[in-house]
Amino acid sequence: MAERPEDLNLPNAVITRIIKEALPDGVNISKEARSAISRAASVFVLYATSCANNFAMKGKRKTLNAGDVLSAMEEMEFQRFVAPLKESLEVYRREQKGKKEARKDKDKKADSEEQDKSREEENDDDDERMEEEEQNEEEEVSSGRWWS
Amino acid sequence: MAARLSGGENRLVSLPLSRIRVIMKSSPEVSSINQDALFLTAKATELFVQYLATYSYKHGRGKEKSALTYSDLSHTAEECETFQFLADILPKKILASKYLKMLEKEKRDGEVGEDEDNDEEDNEDESVEEDIGS
Repeated sequence: MAERPEDLNLPNAVITRIIKEALPDGVNISKEARSAISRAASVFVLYATSCANNFAMKGKRKTLNAGDVLSAMEEMEFQRFVAPLKESLEVYRREQKGKKEARKDKDKKADSEEQDKSREEENDDDDERMEEEEQNEEEEVSSGRWWS
Repeated sequence: MAARLSGGENRLVSLPLSRIRVIMKSSPEVSSINQDALFLTAKATELFVQYLATYSYKHGRGKEKSALTYSDLSHTAEECETFQFLADILPKKILASKYLKMLEKEKRDGEVGEDEDNDEEDNEDESVEEDIGS
């Protein structure tokens, strides 16, 4: 959960790198411009979340899913993001599937859920919950209503 | 821009998913987010940062100087409809001297809504600092 206002900031180094990669070489980005873009990015996340949540609510769902986020992009007039997003989602799903299989093997050996702690950045409390949800989902959810 | 995406990146998304989730969850009505939605939001945010930067650079005045400045960004928020939702957090800057004059004028016009005035003052103070000849 967000406890301090800084928790809603995105890491400056990463934001700066993304900006630099997007602009032609040698463009100077003022410090103020960087922090402004960073703030804008946080607001974008909130705006997208709220739009996506509206779609989930319309569908009487409690969990935001990929379709909700993509619909949100269209609603926000960022249609141009939809195709590249779909593309990377494909790659991401494949990657996750691979990881999950590797994990299952590992879990069998360790046979303890506590192992989660050591897994990359996914280590706060509700991550575990989320991963479980996600696993349930894998088979049925693409149709969008596993909970009902 | 799309080419950049599928290109030879070794990481699919560079923004930390954990942080993105904290921001998403800070929205009170959101109960849970599945992993795909989280990933997509993070990726979308990256695309957004690229788009905001390139758009502001192309349409901004900094182009001749090969620079991206705050005023290019606030200009984008004001002029481009897609980016309008940023208008509140990227306000146009005004010079402190100009602002003081505005304040004085307001005072002369009547002492109404003093509290409001104070609020405004706080906001403006932030955006006034470092004003570089815009």
